[in-house]
Amino acid sequence: MVTFKDFRNDVKPNWCPGCGDFSVQAAIQRAVANLDLTPEQLAVISGIGCSGRISGYIRSYGLHSIHGRSLPIAQGVKMANKDLTVIASGGDGDGFAIGMGHTVHAMRRNMDITYIIMDNQIYGLTKGQTSPRSAQGFVTKSTPKGAIEGSVSPMELAITSGASFVAQSFSTDLKDLTAIIEAGIQHKGFSVINVFSPCVTYNKVNTYDWFKENLTKLSTIEDYDPTNREQAMNTLMQHNGLVTGIVYQDKDRPSYQDLIHGYAEEPLASQDLQFNEDTFNELVKEFM
Amino acid sequence: MVNQLSWKVGGQQGEGIESTGEIFSIALNRLGYYLYGYRHFSSRIKGGHTNNKIRVSTTPVRTIADDLDILVAFDQETIDLNCGELHENGIIIADAKFKPVKPDHVQADFYVVPFTEIASELGTSLMKNMVAVGASCAVINVEVAAFTGVVEEIFGRKGEAVVQKNMEAIQQGYDYMLSQLGDKVSPLQLDEADGRQRMFMIGNDAIALGALTGGVRLMAAYPITPASEIMEYLIEKLPKVGGTVIQTEDEIAAATMAIGANYGGIRSFTASAGPGLSLMMEAIGLSGMTETPLVVVDTQRGGPSTGLPTKQEQSDLMAMIYGTHGEIPKIVLAPSTVEEAFYDTIEAFNLAEEYQCPVILLSDLQLSLGKQTVEPLDFSQVEIRRGKLVQEELPEREDKSYFKRYEVTEDGISPRVIPGMKNGVHHVTGVEHDETGKPSESPANRQAQMDKRMRKLDRLQLNMPVYTNAKHEEADLLLVGFGSTRGAIEEAVERLEKDGVKVNHAHVRLVHPFPAEELLPLVESAKNIAIVENNATGQLANIVKMNVGHAHKIKSLLKYDGNPFQPHHIHEGSKELFELYYSLPSGKESL
Ligand SMILES: Cc1ncc(C[n+]2csc(CCOP(=O)(O)OP(=O)(O)O)c2C)c(N)n1
Ligand code: SF4
Ligand SMILES: [Mg+2]
Repeated sequence: MVTFKDFRNDVKPNWCPGCGDFSVQAAIQRAVANLDLTPEQLAVISGIGCSGRISGYIRSYGLHSIHGRSLPIAQGVKMANKDLTVIASGGDGDGFAIGMGHTVHAMRRNMDITYIIMDNQIYGLTKGQTSPRSAQGFVTKSTPKGAIEGSVSPMELAITSGASFVAQSFSTDLKDLTAIIEAGIQHKGFSVINVFSPCVTYNKVNTYDWFKENLTKLSTIEDYDPTNREQAMNTLMQHNGLVTGIVYQDKDRPSYQDLIHGYAEEPLASQDLQFNEDTFNELVKEFM
Repeated sequence: MVNQLSWKVGGQQGEGIESTGEIFSIALNRLGYYLYGYRHFSSRIKGGHTNNKIRVSTTPVRTIADDLDILVAFDQETIDLNCGELHENGIIIADAKFKPVKPDHVQADFYVVPFTEIASELGTSLMKNMVAVGASCAVINVEVAAFTGVVEEIFGRKGEAVVQKNMEAIQQGYDYMLSQLGDKVSPLQLDEADGRQRMFMIGNDAIALGALTGGVRLMAAYPITPASEIMEYLIEKLPKVGGTVIQTEDEIAAATMAIGANYGGIRSFTASAGPGLSLMMEAIGLSGMTETPLVVVDTQRGGPSTGLPTKQEQSDLMAMIYGTHGEIPKIVLAPSTVEEAFYDTIEAFNLAEEYQCPVILLSDLQLSLGKQTVEPLDFSQVEIRRGKLVQEELPEREDKSYFKRYEVTEDGISPRVIPGMKNGVHHVTGVEHDETGKPSESPANRQAQMDKRMRKLDRLQLNMPVYTNAKHEEADLLLVGFGSTRGAIEEAVERLEKDGVKVNHAHVRLVHPFPAEELLPLVESAKNIAIVENNATGQLANIVKMNVGHAHKIKSLLKYDGNPFQPHHIHEGSKELFELYYSLPSGKESL
């Protein structure tokens, strides 16, 4: 039997004590163990930031890439081997600033991978500058008089951009978060999971206590139906995005790979690369 | 009778100029002629002058001709812009519709043929192109029947009647022109060709076919001139092998997706031009640092910035060799013919996997888009080499230790396993890392990993890293180039030899790591060296000077006006360089 311990390695995370990212790491390890995956069946692709280090702390295949590019890399991995479980993850700056273009396009492409954002509403690794998730007026090193720009709304963005599984969680809710990651991995399509993962060192506003006070669990809303897109959007607006749970899921939308014309049944990575000579000769004739 | 001639059709973009050239050249190619076609076009879709210049010969031709024998004009602008190229005994065939005027100074014969009128009478003015093709055939003495096959292939879908009408248009153009020629025997009648069937393709076709044959399963790309044909071909053909093309949101996504796919165990690549390559630089560094194979095709065009998007240039050389911050092992291959483009593309994928590093396939607009007759491609030369990719099962690991993906080995290349493999779990990162891929800042480890990566290319062997045509033990002149200048240099060499100059020619195919050993003897034994390249700063010249020395003998022949070199530019240009050199006091003894 595989347990979450099989997904532990001997690397000691260099996160600050109390950082929300520890729980995200633990939740991923539990979720994949609960799904009976083995370490070799999982590839975690991460970007750059405190959060980006996560691929190095999970015992599985992993690629710690460059700032903002975990998603295109993860999609490439999935294209190569559709039998792999692929998780992309990184910070709010990684996904909503430098990587925003990829985020929106990954949502509309809808490949069967899971994207976990560790959202601390700040740039942790570069020591405390504003992020596209920082609230207006938020004071940081780069916004000493308070942020002027408005902030990105990940859930609304994901729904309107075509992601077929859209969820949000809070890093201290280990049970909830684990369950959501499991559901995200099982969902056949692009799953977005935004996790409020407090930065205890640089964000003194959006703290654990702040979230506890401001978050609403969707499970407490009567008759909440995550397949209802309109209700999802309305609820998000009513709560200023501060909800946790599965916000929206479209189980009917086929994933990108289901729609590729001519895509091989077997994973591409297990194919023999030798080209057929008769096919070659046919192709040559087309140029004559 | 002539054994080669040059034909050009011109008009407004969007008027079917391209298809006129296409039909004309496919038919001639099937008769066994060797062709070389080069389009002059701008970034606009409709409007603006465009022309297609096609050289027809009974022997192989690899570049644009210096002058022009036949100019087919659909508007006055075509005549005004192109008549300067015409031979004294060349001819202009112009559509009566625009009331063409022959400029005073032009000596060429001038024929006015009612292209549009004949076509309209047959049913639609669209067929004016066919009339023009027919008129051209009368001049070069090619039978109208030679077009039956092409016309059927293009118009067959629209029914037999349309095929008939188009053939009739060609016939009437032919007849009309013959009657105009009257008793005069056209001096431009072509010698008969050998009738052999050869491919007729652009460099981008060869790159795409090479990628497909070389085992690619995913191409990730963003459209750009002059690279898009590669993705357009592969989106049609990759499904044959279960693969596909993904049009990404930008070139950063294209390069990183290709990296992800290579990491995932397949052959994947991207193709772009300068602006896209600039965006990919960080990804190329990631490939170098993580030792993940990556092939990137750069079809160079006029830079910088958006530059001259539809024009020839070779100014990305330095950026491709040195681009990305920090230091990585990288291979840059520059094919100089369509045939080489095919073989080198396959080789690029082999080298990327063998050396686990980025490989840039450096093309340029003239090579990528110049359409030409190609010698048969030899399938038996296609081989797939995957280097140290571990394909057998790995031993069970008792502890939870990681596989040593970055094991320090003698040749610097470490065994590579792909995700999904049992007992191969390891980490990959663009951060400096130890043998198992875990981040490490230890100075000793840094040095060991850096040395390991950098020595990978020490043993790189490429078949024919420099193409040479060196007949002379001591040459008066050595001409050096890379990429599509090959054909123009070859023709210039012939002419210079006729003038009594002893010329050797070297064309650099492996531009990085630079094959200094192969080039050095040629440089040493030459009195003068002219480095021919389509850029303003002499990038190849600087690389040669840096790697081979002898800077005092090296001069540059540059062209950066957007147009390719024609043989005469090199023929005359290198003579001018000679004189320049001759007048220098120090140069006198050596000549
Ligand atoms: C191209 C590039 N630009 C800038 C950086 C510097 N950088 C590293 S992480 C980061 C932002 C980190 O913020 P976030 O993505 O929210 O991650 P966190 O550290 O908060 O987890 C920046 C700007 C970089 N590594 N690469
Ligand atoms: S700086 Fe913030 S985000 Fe980074 S490790 Fe520390 S607490 Fe976590
Ligand atoms: Mg952050």
